[in-house]
Amino acid sequence: MSSAANTLAFNRYAVWAIYRFEMARAGRTLLQSLVTPVITTSLYFVVFGAAIGSRITEVDGVAYGAFIVPGLIMLSLFTESISNASFGIYFPKFTGTIYELLSAPVSYLEIVIGYVGAAATKSIILGLIILATATLFVPIKILHPGWMIAFLVLTATTFSLFGFIIGIWAKGFEQLQFIPMLVITPLTFLGGVFYSIDMLPAAWRTVTLFNPVVYLISGFRWSFYESADVSVGVSLAMTLGFFAICLMVVGWIFKTGYRLKN
Amino acid sequence: MSPVISISNLTKTYASGLQALKSIDLEIRKGEIFALLGPNGAGKTTLISIVCGIVTPTSGVVLVDGHDILREYRAARSKIGLVPQELTTDMFETVWATANFSRGLFGRAPNPAHIEKVLRDLSLWEKRDDKIMTLSGGMKRRVLIAKALSHEPDILFLDEPTAGVDVELRRDMWALVRRMREGGVTIILTTHYIDEAEEMADRIGVIHKGELIVVEEKIKLMEKLGKKQLTLSLLEPLASIPLELSDWRLALKAAGHELEYTFDTNDERRDIPTLLKRLSDLGIGFKDLNTNQSSLEDIFVSLVSDRK
Repeated sequence: MSSAANTLAFNRYAVWAIYRFEMARAGRTLLQSLVTPVITTSLYFVVFGAAIGSRITEVDGVAYGAFIVPGLIMLSLFTESISNASFGIYFPKFTGTIYELLSAPVSYLEIVIGYVGAAATKSIILGLIILATATLFVPIKILHPGWMIAFLVLTATTFSLFGFIIGIWAKGFEQLQFIPMLVITPLTFLGGVFYSIDMLPAAWRTVTLFNPVVYLISGFRWSFYESADVSVGVSLAMTLGFFAICLMVVGWIFKTGYRLKN
Repeated sequence: MSPVISISNLTKTYASGLQALKSIDLEIRKGEIFALLGPNGAGKTTLISIVCGIVTPTSGVVLVDGHDILREYRAARSKIGLVPQELTTDMFETVWATANFSRGLFGRAPNPAHIEKVLRDLSLWEKRDDKIMTLSGGMKRRVLIAKALSHEPDILFLDEPTAGVDVELRRDMWALVRRMREGGVTIILTTHYIDEAEEMADRIGVIHKGELIVVEEKIKLMEKLGKKQLTLSLLEPLASIPLELSDWRLALKAAGHELEYTFDTNDERRDIPTLLKRLSDLGIGFKDLNTNQSSLEDIFVSLVSDRK
């Protein structure tokens, strides 16, 4: 390879350009990006924490209001990561500006780092804001802050990757909403955001264990209270497994040019 | 001179089965303005899109400044600026932001002075803080050009750059193209306006149904395929061309009422005054005469219709 090609072994200017472009997009839609999820989460606290929580005293030795915090953060993390990343790559496809990305000297890895990195950053910031909001309602303790951050970053990145895949796959705005609405939201609600799966009848407990979201929420909650539905090692393995699957799908998409190139 | 773009045996068959390109061979010379002419659906945009990396070729090799577009795509693509046919721009970004974004995407360090120069050259400087969606169509076209020039490309592709563009922008655009060529940039354009190719291009390629049917210097193309004709309306019809005129390229038309002379302006021994004097010596009178010269458009039409 020539020297010109070597000087561009990693196109950091492109990664930075994409990242900044995507972050600027969030800046313009600050209201949707941050304020809306914070209001939604506050409503959950009012409804579940205050109204219902007053009737449920404790779950695994944790006050109900505090118990639901990790799950609520995860719920926002899933939906916001997916919607941010899917919209980020879908919109250039929709408007046609993707031509520039395809004709630029950028590798697939750089494109993914730019888009997914920005989407994950926004979700992580959002997760931390929700956490801060939660402390206004209930006392929170974080027993393993390192693991908490690790689960936060890993989940945000994984679901941003997943959103990126949806954005490439989607042929219309309806399809963009399809997976988040029909798959992620139900799985999350049934994944133990609002309850411990121990509270379910035995048969449903078994069914629930097939829901991958259970493992994600359980691991994250463990980092707060050391209370978990499944062991933290299994949670971590599941999260990493999902991350690896998304990474492979993205790799395949770029290798074949699926829905990007003719 | 070594070519700046070298295309060999390039084919493209889309998933739908449409064969858009059938074995294209083409070399673009450094610093030239090359015009690609062809009817709609001839394969112009497919050809450009393959060189730029937007469409994957089915087979064949494309080298950009010696770099294979697939194996050394970074080196190849960083040399190319593309102005697409459609007005595909961001909406909410400012002119300034989008130009800087393009520069970054193509791996160039920030250079506000260069971006300022590009925007000023395109009369966009006053609009730099405006959101793109608020601009007129002509201004959006300028933005697309600014994006392509933001990373200082050596090769510029202009896909139908003047389709739906007002006279002022068209004039500005050609002035810009000339300036860029003076700066050593190679320019490849597709156009529907044949007079534009005639005015601007050094060389012309005609593409039809996925095949390059001719690639020639514009001047040679017009000399070779273009004709200059003198038609004389005779007073008396002729049965045949007199023997004395047999070494002239003459033909009788309209049942002997018209004498048509196909000529070459460089041939001093057979110029028009000489012919007219010969005719007068032979007692052949005429009441009217007219000359015509085929334009690039005539050549284009005849090339394409020959293939149908």
